[in-house]
Amino acid sequence: MTEPNGPRLLAGTAGGHRLDFAEHVATHGSLPLPADRRESGPWAKDLVAQIGLSGLIGRGGGGFPTAIKLGGAVEGRHRTTVVIDVMEGEPAAQKDSVLAAFSPHLILDGAEVLAAALSAKEVKIAVAADNPAAKGSLEAALAERGQPRGRGLDMSIGTPPGRYVAGEESALVHWLDGGDSRPTYRPSKPAVLTIGRRRAYVENAETTAALALIARHGGAAYAAQGWERTGGTALVTISGAVDSPGVHEVAVGTPLGQIIALSQPTGTPTGILLGGYGGTFVGPEALTSPWSPEGLRPVGGAPGAGVIIVFNESSCGVTEISRIADWMARESAGQCGPCVFGLPALAEDLALVALGRNKGRIDVRLHAHLDIIAGRGACAHPDGVVRMVRTGLSVFRKDVAAHLEGRRCSCAGAPSVLTLPDNAGELAWR
Amino acid sequence: MAVKLELRIDPVACDGYGHCAEVAPELFSLDEWGYPILRSGQVPTALVAVAKLAVKQCPRKALSLATAVDPPARRR
Ligand code: SF4
Ligand code: SF4
Repeated sequence: MTEPNGPRLLAGTAGGHRLDFAEHVATHGSLPLPADRRESGPWAKDLVAQIGLSGLIGRGGGGFPTAIKLGGAVEGRHRTTVVIDVMEGEPAAQKDSVLAAFSPHLILDGAEVLAAALSAKEVKIAVAADNPAAKGSLEAALAERGQPRGRGLDMSIGTPPGRYVAGEESALVHWLDGGDSRPTYRPSKPAVLTIGRRRAYVENAETTAALALIARHGGAAYAAQGWERTGGTALVTISGAVDSPGVHEVAVGTPLGQIIALSQPTGTPTGILLGGYGGTFVGPEALTSPWSPEGLRPVGGAPGAGVIIVFNESSCGVTEISRIADWMARESAGQCGPCVFGLPALAEDLALVALGRNKGRIDVRLHAHLDIIAGRGACAHPDGVVRMVRTGLSVFRKDVAAHLEGRRCSCAGAPSVLTLPDNAGELAWR
Repeated sequence: MAVKLELRIDPVACDGYGHCAEVAPELFSLDEWGYPILRSGQVPTALVAVAKLAVKQCPRKALSLATAVDPPARRR
């Protein structure tokens, strides 16, 4: 690696510097790819083995071991189109956008690696239409490197509408296949997604960039930073009650408290939302937990796509949960009854709790709604909201109890630490 | 060997008029908005015929029966 203990994904980008192709090669070295078709079979096998050694897990949210995912696809031998997901529909996440803006060639290298491993002829890079910085940087990067090496690989950029659920894998692929950017119903798991007559292999931008490092340096070098079975460095986006919100690259296994310190938290953290608005709240006891699936599992969290939102004593947990639930309800793709009707109902319950109005046992209704909404939409959007609310109610249980007794908590009228963007509203799905 | 069957609801197709719960109240309850909730993951053997009827009669073709060998949809 560039420096064994330094930044890797963001190497050379300090101070907001964008690496052009020459600088990229000077920083990371050139990318080894199989010379021809005959070489690519054994090369792909070795690559998958190296990824296995690296302990890389998907950085798009799922946290699935990349060696298993790619290994399965390589063995499947289907005609495949590679899709690189730079959508980042989660408003509290910015790491893929930062990576695309400052080190776009690492993403494109990783895309070439995937295309070679899967003998794909086409790579589609999906960037949200409202993210001109990432799109511009990737477009410039494609121009800087000229035609990709190898047998006429076609790399293009697509720009689906930038809204929350449009980044969901099936929505993304549906859009690339000419449909609208809403999730589709897929009864079997893992779902088979197709573009035209080819299988879609969708990979998150950061995971793709990590593959560019593993293809260069091997799995063991990649795992030199990391913790237990999970290797490498990960990008995190820190926001909320902090003085300098932003994206950082951290070694997997770094304690959560140390990570948050990079953004200078204000006050004392009372709760931390991990994984985004459809993620998991953890309490301050998680500050000592190592940033990895194994490290965060005991407190109920997961690194997911690296979103960390910090709450402190000056904001009201109940009101914050209510705000997020309301925002998420408005981001429903409007297709499935339990999501379309259930999420607004849930948001209304929470708004009443936040106001300290407990007429007619609002808590009972709230829990009844939580019990029936999850697992009944075509995508995981409602499930995420339910998870966020449930874990939030548990972390902020003292505030919740005060509100239910009609007292409201000590921080009535406190400002929000959240910066929720406007809802996408009537913005087109196509 | 009894084949274990599982009912699936396509939530995008379902219109929430609740016809299924009229045809097969043993299998479906309705939420407060009229959308069906499965009473159990697997269809009890005694109810397979009525499950098939509900599938056939769903005006939106939102219901399907699947053998329960593949992983159940959308549950974690
Ligand atoms: S669950 Fe909600 S967000 Fe997901 S597809 Fe259905 S309506 Fe859209
Ligand atoms: S009959 Fe079909 S469309 Fe009607 S509520 Fe039942 S599943 Fe939905």
